[in-house]
Amino acid sequence: MTLPLFFFYLFSAIVIASAIMVISSRNPVHSVLFLILAFVNAAGIFMLAGAEFLALILIVVYVGAVAVLFLFVVMMLDVDFGELRRGMLQYAPIGIVVGLILLLELLLVAGSAWLVPEAAGSGALPISGDVDNIRAIGRVLYTRYIYLFQACGLVLLVAMIGAIVLTLRHKPNVKRQDVAAQVARTKATGVEIVKVESGKGL
Amino acid sequence: MMTPVIGLGHFLTVAAILFTIGVFGIFLNRKNIIIILMSVELILLAVNINLVAFSSHLGDLVGQIFALLILTVAAAEAAIGLAILVVFFRNRGSIAVDDVNMMKG
Repeated sequence: MTLPLFFFYLFSAIVIASAIMVISSRNPVHSVLFLILAFVNAAGIFMLAGAEFLALILIVVYVGAVAVLFLFVVMMLDVDFGELRRGMLQYAPIGIVVGLILLLELLLVAGSAWLVPEAAGSGALPISGDVDNIRAIGRVLYTRYIYLFQACGLVLLVAMIGAIVLTLRHKPNVKRQDVAAQVARTKATGVEIVKVESGKGL
Repeated sequence: MMTPVIGLGHFLTVAAILFTIGVFGIFLNRKNIIIILMSVELILLAVNINLVAFSSHLGDLVGQIFALLILTVAAAEAAIGLAILVVFFRNRGSIAVDDVNMMKG
């Protein structure tokens, strides 16, 4: 067994084991931590496949942003997780049946697929050996796929605005600065002159 | 150009198992919407492994570009999903999926 193959089996075993722990762990915080472990080891698999840029992006985006977002939400919401787990095994049998059928079909496809030799290297963007991965992606991402890249930015912008609009709320009792009202103030509305009769208070 | 030491079938098998675990997770934790979102992330990860494996074995960079786009969409989906979850929790005090039908018009 060669060294890359050994590492491939190591990473795959950890990915699959931690994926099982994600869906079966009792505490959702543990689930998120196992999700992080799965992503880091999937990044190892990407690295073995020669996609260095995607491997690092997977760690930065998923572990650094998405998984931490999950962790934040899990810890922020005071959810009674014991109650949520009641009746958990009710749908397990049909889930096992569906999952087994799906797995069998996928494995049949994976096992029987083979690549025609002419297909290799004849794709739209052949990978050349003398350019490293990040440079090759950068060369096409901002030229040939610029519209897709912009669309990605748009998707993220919409997601950001949507998340802000959904979660922003104004509490009724909190005083806020109203700039328009401040600017619209005049001397007449701001100062009131009152005649006070002597001997009487206001 | 590619790593012939690890066959394409290896990658596809790992991705298939990961995909199945994700689908099974949705069945298993059908009340807890946080775990369901995590299962969706696992499914998208399996898809990405497939794309990267084919990209590496066909010597074609397009698969990696596509995986990058999937990564973006997955991040946006997680952000929106968790935002909806937070709003729902504020209104209901629980995140049970059974109560979600109150969101109907």
